Amino acid sequence: MRLSRNARALLRIAVAVGLAFIYVPLVAIVLYAFNASRILAWPPPGWTLHWFSSAFDNAAARDAFLTSVKAGLAATAIALVLGSLASLAVARHRFFGRETISFLVLLPIALPGIVTGVAISNTFTQVLGLPLSLLTVIVGHATFCIVVVYNNAVARLRRLSSSFEEASADLGAHTWQTFRYVTLPGMRSALIAGGLLAFALSFDEIIVTNFTIGAGEETLPIWIFSNLFRPHELPTVNAVAVIVILISIIPVYLAHRLGGEAAAGRSGGGGVETEAAAVP
Amino acid sequence: MASEAALERRSAGHRLADLFHGRRRLQVGALLAGPLGWLVIGYIGSLAVLLITAFWSVDPLSGLVVKNLTFENIETLWSESVYREIVWRTVRTALLVTLTDAAIAFPIAFYMAKVASRRGKAVLVIGILLPLWSSYLVKVYAWRTLLSADGVLHWALNPIGLDTPGYGITAVWLVMSYLWLPYMILPIYAGLERIPDSLISASEDLGASPFTTFRRVILPLAFPAVVAGSIFTFSLTLGDYITPRLVSNDQFIGNVIFNNIANNQPLAAALALVPIVVMIAYLLVARRLGAFEHV
Repeated sequence: MRLSRNARALLRIAVAVGLAFIYVPLVAIVLYAFNASRILAWPPPGWTLHWFSSAFDNAAARDAFLTSVKAGLAATAIALVLGSLASLAVARHRFFGRETISFLVLLPIALPGIVTGVAISNTFTQVLGLPLSLLTVIVGHATFCIVVVYNNAVARLRRLSSSFEEASADLGAHTWQTFRYVTLPGMRSALIAGGLLAFALSFDEIIVTNFTIGAGEETLPIWIFSNLFRPHELPTVNAVAVIVILISIIPVYLAHRLGGEAAAGRSGGGGVETEAAAVP
Repeated sequence: MASEAALERRSAGHRLADLFHGRRRLQVGALLAGPLGWLVIGYIGSLAVLLITAFWSVDPLSGLVVKNLTFENIETLWSESVYREIVWRTVRTALLVTLTDAAIAFPIAFYMAKVASRRGKAVLVIGILLPLWSSYLVKVYAWRTLLSADGVLHWALNPIGLDTPGYGITAVWLVMSYLWLPYMILPIYAGLERIPDSLISASEDLGASPFTTFRRVILPLAFPAVVAGSIFTFSLTLGDYITPRLVSNDQFIGNVIFNNIANNQPLAAALALVPIVVMIAYLLVARRLGAFEHV
């Protein structure tokens, strides 16, 4: 678009201010993690790595970290299976109600997290009579992780021509062989990207987790949340916060590099192929 | 022995494959059984149970849930001014946050889609995506420290005669606008990308000023994308209870749900219906405005 110099300059300023708004809090929390003082006054009087070692030495934080990894891996595994099954059905078959599948998959993340959390914990405790535990957390996380795997897989399948699969069938491969040697290799990087995103989504989730976790168990975000109100723990919390940021950002960066279309928004995109950046 | 067993297995696999061969309905059924079982029976089922639970009550003496249908909870929500106030506060904040985000997001998305070079575009997309995905809780916590009385905002604003807004409703508005901003930028960016450059050139060639082109061509075409983004800013604000807890003393719908979940699950369920109903209404309006082609 033809814009005057002034208009361009104004736009650049708006973008710079916007990006500053987005990044200043993240940079601040990273700097705080190296703050030599116990008190969170700005600017910090000096710098130290001490809080990272005290984070690694903190048994509760370590346990919480392991719980988060367990929950993340299990939820990702379930989401990978369910998400790719649904994507194969939608991208390779025609059937009644096909359009509603995308909506159904999106629903758990389009509704406020608190609704999903209350609904799942309510069903487990009131209807099934089961106590809340790590299992209920995994069920909750898997439910809202399906969409990221599904969107990545559907976008990839739409780009992969189904004529390869037809050729494979014509050459005598049966259904399973065609899937194993033709479809799956084509989907692989999209599934890895989707899995990475699902893990990142699960790893730092707190709202659904808070409603579905059993007594005495903690994921890392829950550990952070319960230590926020203890002033003498805050320096350690800052270090853990930086670790959590890294663990949630690295998979997303990798997924972005892997997928192209994998970029997708946090919770959707409805399988938009070209402008995958679209939409939470 | 082992190889025989393997042969047996493979032939079983073959037989299964033969069963599916050419039977499209059976294939679809097998593919969808798991996902639909999980989402329809598990998830939609849970939502249905939640709806029913909202009409149960709690025995005031024993504290146990009484599974008889009653409108008690709904009446409480309707008649007690405390709840009305909380609902209104939450919805009002959601609207404010949505407007704020739309205003900040549009120029950024416009620059990304129509002005930046290919490389600049790629850098900006990843630059918006990474913070979107970095831990929600950590971001709220970062703001809690920024806003504190001796935090970064106080340090930066004090020399120019201003100060941190401190904790309160302003802080909630600021932090939520911050949290959901990328959710608004990305759909608007995608929507603007979809507007062909030729359309803009045509408007310019026909003598429209940049402002007129923006107002008469770009804005009407991009508006559904803004509405699409607003679905997320709105929905996420309605359900958030961590932000109000960390940067204010104000109660939002989410806080009341959270506070009631342990002792009065039916009331918590009834409260959870409020965001559901508000979101359904919002989605219906959004669909009329054409937002769904952009989600």
